[in-house]
Amino acid sequence: MSTPAPATARESSASLRGSRAGSAGDSIFSGLALASAVVILLVLAFVAIFLVSEALPAIRPGADLDSPVDSFFEYVWPLMAGTVMAAIIALLLATPVAVGVALFISHYAPPRIAKPVGFVIDLLAAIPSVVYGVWGWLTLAPLMVPIYGWLNEHLGFIPFFAGAPTTTGRTLLTSGIVLSVMVLPIITALCREIFTQTPILHQEAALGLGATRWEMIKMTVFPFARAGIVSSIMLGLGRALGETMAVTMVLSGGIFSWSLIQSGRNQTIPSEIALNFPEAFGMRLNELIAAGLMLFIITLAVNMIARAIVNKHKEFSGAN
Amino acid sequence: MKALRFGRSAALLSVAALALTACSSADNGGNGGASSTAPAGSSSAAPAGSSSAAEGGATSDVQGNLVGAGASSQEAAMTAWTQGVSSVAPNLTVQYSPDGSGAGREKFLQGATSFAGSDAAMDEEEAEQAKQVCGDQGAFHVPAYISPIAVAYNLPGVEENIKMDAETIARVFTGEITTWNDEAIASQNEGVELPDTPITVVHRSDDSGTTENFTAYLTEAAGDAWSYDEVETWPADITAESAQGTTGVVGLVSSNEGAITYADASAVDGLGTVDVKVGEEYVAYSAEAAAATVEKSEANEDGSIELDRATTEAGVYPVVLVSYHIYCNQYKDQETVDQVKAFAEYAISEDGQSTAEGAAGNAPISAATRDAAMERIEAISAQG
Repeated sequence: MSTPAPATARESSASLRGSRAGSAGDSIFSGLALASAVVILLVLAFVAIFLVSEALPAIRPGADLDSPVDSFFEYVWPLMAGTVMAAIIALLLATPVAVGVALFISHYAPPRIAKPVGFVIDLLAAIPSVVYGVWGWLTLAPLMVPIYGWLNEHLGFIPFFAGAPTTTGRTLLTSGIVLSVMVLPIITALCREIFTQTPILHQEAALGLGATRWEMIKMTVFPFARAGIVSSIMLGLGRALGETMAVTMVLSGGIFSWSLIQSGRNQTIPSEIALNFPEAFGMRLNELIAAGLMLFIITLAVNMIARAIVNKHKEFSGAN
Repeated sequence: MKALRFGRSAALLSVAALALTACSSADNGGNGGASSTAPAGSSSAAPAGSSSAAEGGATSDVQGNLVGAGASSQEAAMTAWTQGVSSVAPNLTVQYSPDGSGAGREKFLQGATSFAGSDAAMDEEEAEQAKQVCGDQGAFHVPAYISPIAVAYNLPGVEENIKMDAETIARVFTGEITTWNDEAIASQNEGVELPDTPITVVHRSDDSGTTENFTAYLTEAAGDAWSYDEVETWPADITAESAQGTTGVVGLVSSNEGAITYADASAVDGLGTVDVKVGEEYVAYSAEAAAATVEKSEANEDGSIELDRATTEAGVYPVVLVSYHIYCNQYKDQETVDQVKAFAEYAISEDGQSTAEGAAGNAPISAATRDAAMERIEAISAQG
């Protein structure tokens, strides 16, 4: 009777030692994690402080601006509008395709095809934005010219397609299309991961109740993945809002206009900064940095909205 | 497994390399200056035996490090000069960062650099500030970089240079004239078969000294047809195509029939160029005609040029970009004086100008302009 006791004691002391060693690792790791979190917040804070302090001279009322406008807002709102419009076009075009591709890979395609398709999509993410820019400029833009002419002819009553259509294709719509190709892999990769996480039991239950494959996806995959799809779209939106190089190369910028098929119209904040920063000094520099601050604020607002949407749908997702 | 891992990291690396290249190519516009600091390596930009061509013949023993900043328009020429100066002063290193004209003048006026490159002359306020850095005699300008701006177009069917006066050019660029066979153009080009192709105007999307000088020409020479004044950024009210940088606009024009733009003349190979009406004649751009504009224009007391762009003088091409080097009349110590003199004299010497021409395609300054500038450079001295 007495023999098992020491054994248990030994065992428990051994497991204690183990857990002590484990707790050392635990505290080191939690320290590291905390440090990483703090560093990220610090970097963000520094960026924000820099932006605000450099932007203030241009934003404060009565600032003697370098651009021929009365107030900073007058200068920046067309840029903000252009940025948001380009990003919205990109997402409108990219999201359906991305979700479709992700579903194809996760639920429709045989593994032999799904793998290479997934690989190609991932490859899209690795192409540098300059290459997209050159492609958009030299290949896509000329291809779009007749399409814009057609849109203008048949749908010209819609403000988006009004006005004299471009002769080079360097418009906000072309920029939006290039951006949509660039955000496609981001949204696809995330959606694919989430779709494959859908509990098999749910899916089999749906199929067992006589649902077709589409009904099964509608009933089990989408509700489960809704929050994830929104997050992936928001990540894509972040990319679309901040993309500089491709837009700079593809767009002939100008003043704000609802028309998406005219050249010399609309401009985005990152592209405006990239184009004018090299020669900027004094107040012009403050203006550009203030424009950067506005982009920062837009991105922040978008992320907060996304977070709110994700939280709202969390209870239906099945993830908990 | 190992092979797979290796493959993976190789893929990662190549992606990283691509991404980094992307970054660096994006940076070039702004900070390419770091690369132009190449020390006095005997580069191919300096022709052999060039030391004999330099003033005085022998190489000087000036040494040290001379720092300047300013106009990016001069970047290519400045790279040639910073390398070529070793042929006259082997131990002198010159650094130039192409931060833009405004930033260059600002740094110079703060005393952070010994000279500035600038597409525009200093205004009165800046000239006053210069006296604080340079002493009571202030600073002066040397028109070291002259570059003709070509009005270039893409019309495959037309062999001859199309002729236009300043007013027509202005009306084309404001979008008032929309087709190539418009009466305003046709009346100046009798015998030339002009197509009814629509005109696509292409301008620089970035702030640029080329835009500034081109609009300055339109402001002075085109009268009421151009109402947007002299601007560094193309007026947003005009709906037109745009692209970044000289290569951008030239590339866009090359790929679009009927397109027209203004660009540094050295970059418009393969495109048609407009002969500009001066007086009663139409003048094609050429290095000599551009340099003549500067020579025939009046020089201010501080060395800057009052370019007469509305000139009617024969053989002058008035659409030019003139970029200055700005130096102090007096520097704090003799060492800097020697460095500045060595560099300034080299840059405008025949050798320096032809070296720059080879690299940047600018128009070498005329002998008269050189003599006037040499005089001022000779007079640079150390303070008190």
